Amino acid sequence: MGAAPAARDVTSYGMGLAAPLALFFLVFFVAPLLQLFWLSLHNDTAGLHWGLGQYLHFLTDPFSLGVLGSTLLLGAEVTAVCLVLGFPIAWLYQRVGPKLQTVIILIVLLPLLTSVVVRTFAWIVILGRQGIINATLQSLGLIDTPLKLLYTQFGVVIALAQVQMPLMTLPLITALGRIDPNLDDASCSLGAGSWRTFFRILLPLSLPGIIAGCTLTYAAAITAFITQSLIGGGQMLFMPMYLYQQASTLQNWPFAAAISIIFLLAVLAVVSVFTTLGRMSRGYGGA
Amino acid sequence: MSGRKRTLEAISFELVMTVIAMIALLIIIAPSLVVLIVSFTSGFSLRFPPPGYSLRWYVELWNAWQLHFAAKNSLIVALWATGLSVTLGVAAALAISRSRTLSARLLDSLFMSPLVLPALAFGLAALMLFSLVGLPVSPLTLVIGHTVVCVPYVVRNTVAALAQLEPTLLESSAVLGASRLYTFRRIVLPLIRPGIIAGAFIAFMSSFDNVPVSLFLRDAATDMLPIRMWQDLEGKLDVTIAALSGVLIIATVALVAVMERVTGLSRRLTN
Repeated sequence: MGAAPAARDVTSYGMGLAAPLALFFLVFFVAPLLQLFWLSLHNDTAGLHWGLGQYLHFLTDPFSLGVLGSTLLLGAEVTAVCLVLGFPIAWLYQRVGPKLQTVIILIVLLPLLTSVVVRTFAWIVILGRQGIINATLQSLGLIDTPLKLLYTQFGVVIALAQVQMPLMTLPLITALGRIDPNLDDASCSLGAGSWRTFFRILLPLSLPGIIAGCTLTYAAAITAFITQSLIGGGQMLFMPMYLYQQASTLQNWPFAAAISIIFLLAVLAVVSVFTTLGRMSRGYGGA
Repeated sequence: MSGRKRTLEAISFELVMTVIAMIALLIIIAPSLVVLIVSFTSGFSLRFPPPGYSLRWYVELWNAWQLHFAAKNSLIVALWATGLSVTLGVAAALAISRSRTLSARLLDSLFMSPLVLPALAFGLAALMLFSLVGLPVSPLTLVIGHTVVCVPYVVRNTVAALAQLEPTLLESSAVLGASRLYTFRRIVLPLIRPGIIAGAFIAFMSSFDNVPVSLFLRDAATDMLPIRMWQDLEGKLDVTIAALSGVLIIATVALVAVMERVTGLSRRLTN
C-alpha cells in the first residue's frame, strides 16, 4: 500500500512544469482571442459602441454568407478528394515490404515539410496556360486553345488536395496498421469478395483514422490562405482572404474580428462533429 | 466457377486500389519534381518542358538581396521560436504526459488547439493585443506568435516519446539511489531525445514556413520569406522564385534524410 504512491512519484512529474507554457498560452493565445471576441461586439471601428452590428452585418449580407458557404464547401471537396486518393496509399502501404514502406512514407511526408508557397507555386507551373497539362493536351492535338485551369475551383481543389494529402494519409496508415490482418483473411475465406470485405470490414474498422484524417484535412484546407489566394486568384474569395482584406486593407478591425469569430466557430463546429463521430466509431470499431 | 469469379473480383479490387494509390503518389511527388526541372530553365517563362537548361536563375537568386534579407529574418525567427517551443513544450509534456487528471487533459487540449483553430484569426488577435499594449511589431512579436503555433508539435512528439518510456526504468533508477534530476538527465532525457528532436524539427519547419501569423505580425523591416515569395508571385511569375523553390526543396529533402537517420521520423509520424 505504502509503496504505490512512492512508485508513482518517481515516474511522473509535477503539474508545475506545465505552468510556464500554460501562462504563456494564457497571455499570448487565450487573451488575444478574448480580446478579438470583445472587439467583435462593437459597432464602430474605434470600438466604443457595444452591439451585435458586425455579426448582423455578416449574417444578413448575401456576399459574406456566400464567402462562408464557398469556404466550407471547398473544405468538403478537398477532404473528399484527399480521402479517395489517400486511402489507397494507406492500403498499399500495408501490403508492401519495409523498404517500400519507407519510400511511401517519405513521399507522403516530403510535401508536408516543404514550404506551402513552393508547393502552391508548383501548381501554378502545372496548371498555367503554358503549363504541363495544357502543353500535353495541345501536343496531343486534343485542344487548340489552352484550357483555363488556374483561377478555377477545380484548380484550387486539386492543388489544396495535394498540399493537404499527408494530413489525411498519415492517420489512415496508422489506423490500417492497427487492423488485425486475420479479419481480412477470415472475411475472404467465409466467401465475401474483396470489394465486400473492403466496404464491410476494412472501411468501418479504419473509421477512427478516416475521421482523424478528415478533421485535420478539413481544418487545414479551409484556412489555407496562400494556396487559396494564389491558385484561386482575385475572383474567388474565401474566408481567410476576406478576413485579411477587412483587417489589413480596409482596417475594419471589428468586422474582421467578427469574421474571425464566425470562422472560428464554423471550424469548431465541424471539428466537434468529427470528434463526436470519432468517439462513436471507436465504440463501433472495437479494436 | 465461384472460385474463378472471386479471383477476378479480387484482381479488380487490387488493380483499382493500386492504380489509385500510384496516381495519388504521383500527384504528391510531381509538383516538386516539376519545379526542380523548371528552375533550371534557360528561358524567361515557366514553360514546361523548358526550352533549354542553365543555371541563370540560380545566379539571379544569388543577387536577390530582398529574398536574402527575408530568408535571414525567417531563419532567425524560426530558430528562436523553436528554442522557446522546446523549452516550454518539453517541460509541459513532462507534466501532462503521465497524468490522467482532468486538468492535465484540459491543458493538453489547450496546447493542441492552435493546430485546428484558423491561424489567421490568431494572427489578427495577436496583432490587436500587441497594439493594445503598445508593443510594435518586431522580431520579438513574431517569435511569440510563431511559438504559439509551433509548440503543439513539440508537446505532441515529446508526450508520444514519454508514453513509450518504461516506468520500471525510472523506478529502478530511484531504488538504486539516483536523485530525480540525475534520473532525468541520465535515463529520461537520452530516451526521449529523438522525440524532442523530431518535434523541434517539425516546429522549426512550420515556423520557417508560417504565413498566417507572419502576415499580421511583420512589417517591411521584418520581412519573412514565405510572405516575400507570396507577394512576388502575386505580382508576376518570377523564375527566380522557381530557383529559390529548388533550393528549398533540396534543403528539405536533405533535412528530412538527416532527421530520418537521427530520429526515425517516418515511424514517429505513423505510430
